[in-house]
Amino acid sequence: MNEVAERTGLLADYDSGGRYCEMFGPPSMQAPIPHTQALRERLTRMSLEDLRERAHDAELELYNFGITFTVYTQKDAIDRILPFDAIPRPIPPDEWQTLESGVRQRVTAINRFLRDVYHERRVFNDRIVPPDVVFSNPNYRPEMEGLEVPFDTYAHIDGSDLIRDDDGTFYVLEDNARCPSGVSYMVENRHLMLRTFPDLIEDQPVRSVSNYGQRLRAALGEIAPEGVDDPTVVLLSPGTYNSAYFEHIFLAREMGVALVEGRDLVTEYDRVYVRTIRGLQPVHVIYRRINDDALDPRAFDPNSLLGVPGLFQAYRKGNVALANAIGTGVADDKALYAYMPRLIRYYLDEDPILPNVQTNLCREKEGLQYTLDHLDELVVKPVGEAGGYGITVGPHATKDELEHCRRQILDRPHNWISQPMISLSVAPTLVDGGIEPRHVDLRTFAVTGRDTWVAPGGLSRVALRKGSLIVNSSQGGGSKDTWVLE
Amino acid sequence: MSNLLSRYADAIFWMARYVERAEDLARVLDVTETFSRDSRGGQNWRSILELYSDAPTFSREHGEATAAAVIRFYTLDDRNPSSILSNLGMARSNARTLRPLISTEMWTQLNIFYNRLRALGPQEIAEPRLARFCSMIKEGCQTHTGITEGTFYRDEGWCFYQLGKQLERADQTTRLLDSKYHNVLPSPEDVGSQIDVSRWNALLRSAAGYHAFRKIHPRGMTPGDVAGFMLFHEGFPRSVAACVDEVGGRLTQLRSVYNIPGATAAMGRLDDLRTLLDTDIDGVIEFGLHEYLDRVQQYLNALSVEIGRDLLGHAPAATSAK
Repeated sequence: MNEVAERTGLLADYDSGGRYCEMFGPPSMQAPIPHTQALRERLTRMSLEDLRERAHDAELELYNFGITFTVYTQKDAIDRILPFDAIPRPIPPDEWQTLESGVRQRVTAINRFLRDVYHERRVFNDRIVPPDVVFSNPNYRPEMEGLEVPFDTYAHIDGSDLIRDDDGTFYVLEDNARCPSGVSYMVENRHLMLRTFPDLIEDQPVRSVSNYGQRLRAALGEIAPEGVDDPTVVLLSPGTYNSAYFEHIFLAREMGVALVEGRDLVTEYDRVYVRTIRGLQPVHVIYRRINDDALDPRAFDPNSLLGVPGLFQAYRKGNVALANAIGTGVADDKALYAYMPRLIRYYLDEDPILPNVQTNLCREKEGLQYTLDHLDELVVKPVGEAGGYGITVGPHATKDELEHCRRQILDRPHNWISQPMISLSVAPTLVDGGIEPRHVDLRTFAVTGRDTWVAPGGLSRVALRKGSLIVNSSQGGGSKDTWVLE
Repeated sequence: MSNLLSRYADAIFWMARYVERAEDLARVLDVTETFSRDSRGGQNWRSILELYSDAPTFSREHGEATAAAVIRFYTLDDRNPSSILSNLGMARSNARTLRPLISTEMWTQLNIFYNRLRALGPQEIAEPRLARFCSMIKEGCQTHTGITEGTFYRDEGWCFYQLGKQLERADQTTRLLDSKYHNVLPSPEDVGSQIDVSRWNALLRSAAGYHAFRKIHPRGMTPGDVAGFMLFHEGFPRSVAACVDEVGGRLTQLRSVYNIPGATAAMGRLDDLRTLLDTDIDGVIEFGLHEYLDRVQQYLNALSVEIGRDLLGHAPAATSAK
């Protein structure tokens, strides 16, 4: 490998800034990871102008195809694209194997936990998780108690947000067991790559992600009510005003199922039907992309206009299947996150393959002591709040702020957790100034019917602002094509 | 997906109507612009407002009906629901709803077309450039029609598409004729005369019917001939008779090929319409052209309402989104 030749051209001035880099590997950048060599060589042969021009074409295509999410202001609905970064993010086979088995393990534990919570409740009796962690969560659904679901699968579609530390280790940052989105970008980014950068991807051993729709459709078919041979599956969307509407269209098309809204469905005698030009036709499985709350005004929020009156009763009777099941929100919140490694050991008698970010529970004695002793090094988060509210970032906090934080923790220890500052890996990214390192994460998608399948790819989100660790699309994030290599 | 959702059938039907309406509105504006190059120019622009029953709204919002104001109202005014921009916006919005069903190319073209239109400034529709603007609209709409013809899956959805398109086209042809009635036909005695050929000429051209007309009538051009051609000639794709014929074919197809129940009332209204069309231009003139066109429009509307009720799942009391 000729290192000097590689560091000419497009990547000549690239410096990962002391972070783990998805293209070059460890921070030293001394011995670039071998699985990206072919890609690096191809990139080197490309000019910045050419890359920029084609990246522009790719984004124009996204806009013209309407692969957009909608941002609402007071006056307007603006269609935005998720910016596409042309430089892919490769993952080598051995790393992927770990990720895949780690994600599968985690999903299995989540489903076992949900089954237990809504039935036997051993997890509380065995004092693995304090009951109030679950029962004080507004996403706990008492309506689900004792209700059987096919294969004991609750989280049919699960998204895991993974990050990589400076030493190259992947961690799970968050579980998404309700309605994870983003999978359409996993597939569309690949299509875009094939159309606009055929010379980059040609002959590369990249695993295909294009059969996601068929895998999902098959899993949904498996959970149909007993005795239904040829189930009718529909995708229930809040409608065209939902910011993820493109993804709903995408998935309905890929699965070849009808994309419906609540007003298209009716219930009669505890069965669900769809209004068609031939009258009412039975529906057996609903992939719903609306929240538990909004599903059925009779059972949940009575003000919901998006749902289907009577749907829950039909579900209770086993006449229709829902994916995901109702009440999965207790498995993916911040409070429960800290218990995930213990839940994996408890239910599966295995060590977690993918570590959590180390999380200190202030409700526990050691966690509290550690947190108080290292307050200036840690990120302190309230368990019940969302959206970054109430977070104290130790290294950036003033003495007064740290003191305030200490008093809050001591006041209600069970309300707080702490985590070390974690850095995200970077990947070379095309920005105004050329090619620079930007932080990335990875969302994987697991589909579970009878068994679990993890899509060999994912959505790599990239923080386009320099130094930013926030990859969310609403905050200036973009995405990359994720190459899982064979 | 074996069964078409009622909501999708409705969205297809109206997507076709909105695009057809935008195209035909461009045709009306185009021919009006040609007519207005004479002393009665102002009257011509006001007549469009009457044609679409928009005069009260217009005068409330915009005051005097100058050429520039009326053109803006019907082209790029996003507050006017019957402007070209609004029609294509609604077509695009329906296409967005229909993306699980329609081809990617159909959606992409409408999306780009609409976004391009939205980016146009007022100078693009100033009178000297209006003809070019109208050409662009016609071309964009026809591109949609062509892509649809070449890519849209042929099942019930296609029938609903054609129903919407043909009903709208028939309605618009009657309006196009009616709009020029006062200008081109000053008195009943002139029906058989050769006067003002240039205006009938322009009218035919705006409906892309001039050359077809010349095939049938190689010599001469009377108002009666032109009106008869646009109403009854079955070979002319924009004639009312040809559109109604197409509607009948699609309704029959839905009923007997696709076994859709409940097209009975629509078939009844279709028979009424066919009876009304079973005449010739002399009969029409005796009846009064304007009155006749008015009645055809009423019958078309009645048919549209029945299709909505029978096939598109509209509640009995609901009226069409027109």
